[in-house]
Amino acid sequence: MEYRTWNLLLFASENFTFIYSLLLFVQPTYRNMIKITEKPIDVQKVIDTASSLGAGAVNVFVGTVRNNAHGKNVVWLEYEAYETMAVAEIRKIIDDASHRWPLLGWAVSHRIGTLRPGEVAVVVAVSTPHRRDSFDACQYIIDTLKEKAPIWKKEVFEDGEEWVSARPELAAKV
Amino acid sequence: MKRYSVKAFGVAREILGGKEIAVDMEGQTVAFLRNELLVKYPALSGLRSLLVAVNNVYAEDHQRLSESDEIALIPPVSGG
Repeated sequence: MEYRTWNLLLFASENFTFIYSLLLFVQPTYRNMIKITEKPIDVQKVIDTASSLGAGAVNVFVGTVRNNAHGKNVVWLEYEAYETMAVAEIRKIIDDASHRWPLLGWAVSHRIGTLRPGEVAVVVAVSTPHRRDSFDACQYIIDTLKEKAPIWKKEVFEDGEEWVSARPELAAKV
Repeated sequence: MKRYSVKAFGVAREILGGKEIAVDMEGQTVAFLRNELLVKYPALSGLRSLLVAVNNVYAEDHQRLSESDEIALIPPVSGG
């Protein structure tokens, strides 16, 4: 064997832990994603990002804009996010979820801006070895996101507008 | 007297009339800031909740503020 090859092997063996941890660090980056975007969400891309060869289940939640609220027609919704904090909060939610369920991959994409009825507002996808965990983890992530992520929506009706859940009297009607 | 920069979102942004406002006050905690804003903008008291985030993390009332902190008013969230 040539001198150079020996050197490379020596380097690799001496730095095995370093190289291996680099690989571990790089590996999840294409499987995981948190995105806040003004562009329409590519649902398949979110699913692909969360998918894993070791998974027997990919569970995906797609949240869409409903055309009615409080018995009135919704013309459009205005979504707004405190983007840096929303990403940080969603990351915490994923961390919690990955301690509770064996997540092999995950991806969350939330849209902001003006959305009309039928459009996709949020997509959560997770993959796990078995299906039950994928249902539970996906539900936990979307439920907690709705409760904690600093994202807001305003419903615009034909005769007015209202920030969702902002005021007690309206929250009670939901 | 110190000057704090406060970001506002959603309904709080509309009540404050801007994405970011300056607040001058003697108090140095999250609770002081909230009270100061409730006095200046009474419409905020009509909200179901009004949390404060400091450097992208939800803050407790007793947390002390620094002028260099990134402070944000978080009205009831409704994402998803």
